[in-house]
Amino acid sequence: MQFPTFQQLIQHIIYGITVGGIYALVAMGFTIIYNATDVINFAQGGFVMLGAMIMVSLNTTLNLPMPLAFFLSILIVTAIGIIFERAAINPVKNASVITLIIITVGASIFFSGIALPIWGQDPIYAKPFSSGDPVSFLGAKISLQQLWVLGITAVIVVAVQLFYKYTIIGKAMRATAINRTAARLMGINVRLMVLCSFALSAAVGAGAGMAIAPVAHASYDMGSMLGLKGFCAAVLGGLGNGVGAVVGGFTIGIIERLAIGFAPLGYSGYKDAVAFIILLVILFLKPSGLFGTSQK
Amino acid sequence: MIRIQSLSTFYGNIQALRGVSLHVDDGEIVTLLGANGAGKTSLLNTICGLVNSRSGTVNFGEKDITNTSPEKIVKLGISQVPEGRQLFSELSVKENLIMGAYQHYRKRKKEVYNHLEQIFHIFPILKERQEQQAGTLSGGEQQMLAIGRALMSRPKLLLLDEPSMGLAPKIVSEIFKIITDLREQQKTTILLVEQNAHVALKVADRGYILETGRIVLQGSSEELLENKEIKRAYLGRGYKEVWE
Ligand SMILES: Nc1ncnc2c1ncn2[C@@H]1O[C@H](COP(=O)(O)OP(=O)(O)OP(=O)(O)O)[C@@H](O)[C@H]1O
Ligand SMILES: [Mg+2]
Repeated sequence: MQFPTFQQLIQHIIYGITVGGIYALVAMGFTIIYNATDVINFAQGGFVMLGAMIMVSLNTTLNLPMPLAFFLSILIVTAIGIIFERAAINPVKNASVITLIIITVGASIFFSGIALPIWGQDPIYAKPFSSGDPVSFLGAKISLQQLWVLGITAVIVVAVQLFYKYTIIGKAMRATAINRTAARLMGINVRLMVLCSFALSAAVGAGAGMAIAPVAHASYDMGSMLGLKGFCAAVLGGLGNGVGAVVGGFTIGIIERLAIGFAPLGYSGYKDAVAFIILLVILFLKPSGLFGTSQK
Repeated sequence: MIRIQSLSTFYGNIQALRGVSLHVDDGEIVTLLGANGAGKTSLLNTICGLVNSRSGTVNFGEKDITNTSPEKIVKLGISQVPEGRQLFSELSVKENLIMGAYQHYRKRKKEVYNHLEQIFHIFPILKERQEQQAGTLSGGEQQMLAIGRALMSRPKLLLLDEPSMGLAPKIVSEIFKIITDLREQQKTTILLVEQNAHVALKVADRGYILETGRIVLQGSSEELLENKEIKRAYLGRGYKEVWE
């Protein structure tokens, strides 16, 4: 057993919060689509990966400035989300939820299958969003990219909340999630709401991938693990609960990082197991998740 | 206003409507009475496009609207207050009302907010509670919200599915007063589905009796109130002796 110093502890927590923010965004992506369709979108990790890879390509290969690459990548991945829904989800009439979930698993394989020949097997280098020395906090160091991750997470979380609260489409999406039949009686096109949820979810996923790319390895298969962790976070928070997804994301990020910090030498390779252990524990103790009220 | 001819609707193999014909003229209040499972909700949902009919036609004005999608039905001016209110329980009262005007909102926002004030005028309690979650309202308030929400789309024809369900008599008469006011003041045409024949026939001009998917009786409210079969089946125990 290693006993980290206070400073190391803070350092771990900061790392945990950083990666937790990404899990939170991925979990939000799951939540958005789940609320609209009851479907767990296993292609969510694909959106994350595509966001990162497309941004890096636009930035390094096409030499576009980073902010432009960032926004273009969001737009492209959003378009991919829309095409995915129109091509693979919408045409399947009267599909059961399980059929749709299997389609998303297929799509996830498809996305990494396309990414592999384009970007190759090795991680590609993503430039940090800004250069400069890390800042100190309680003796620990925070890199500027970590601050970017936190900032982007915060902006996306707030933007999605504002969208749901103040736009008519956002309200209609919430209404549809609450009572689909009533939404139809109001003249809301619920299939359009499903499309919107895929678009929004893709955009959020892309944001997560782009923010984390300079910190983690950006590669064709980065989506699968991030997707699974985000899924664990969404379940931990209570599937379908937006606040829960965010809290779940940070919780898993921090616990995972602390577990690495406290793990006996040689055992930190088990870090990826942490999220799944948390998932099993929560399913065992409170299947509806931290913020869930009832099982759907 | 609306004319339904020989409408038949199935759920899989279960036939819910067996050739139903009825009509509602402009400005009328017509009630559709029937016991549990008679097919009342099925009829309203077939009109609204939530379920498709297998045969028969629905005409709205001059237009054939058989098996039209719910979005288009709302656009044409038919609005339903569904059974059990079906509110968006976690949305605020105001948001529920705005959802009722979903199709007008983007193009005619100002009109929608004017209309919201009119709804608040009809239901002052909703104005007081506008920021509250719909699910926390009392039963009567929820029914008012469901009606207000349906009115937000400015329907020509309002379909009400058992608005008296689960409410105290005092609240029921309040709601039925509003229904008659709607006809007087807004010229809204109303098809009122009820099990409570007593109150329904009091406000309606005409009525139909639906039994296991068929219209078995129709007539003016006075005729139906005097009908012995109706008294026995729908007007309760007190009338039993009259029948016997
Ligand atoms: N979604 C459905 N699937 C299968 N059968 C249904 C469905 N909805 C209604 N039914 C059946 O159709 C028949 C008519 O039901 P409907 O709900 O229209 O009756 P109702 O007159 O509205 O009754 P209530 O007064 O209880 O609301 C019933 O036998 C019911 O079991
Ligand atoms: Mg019914």
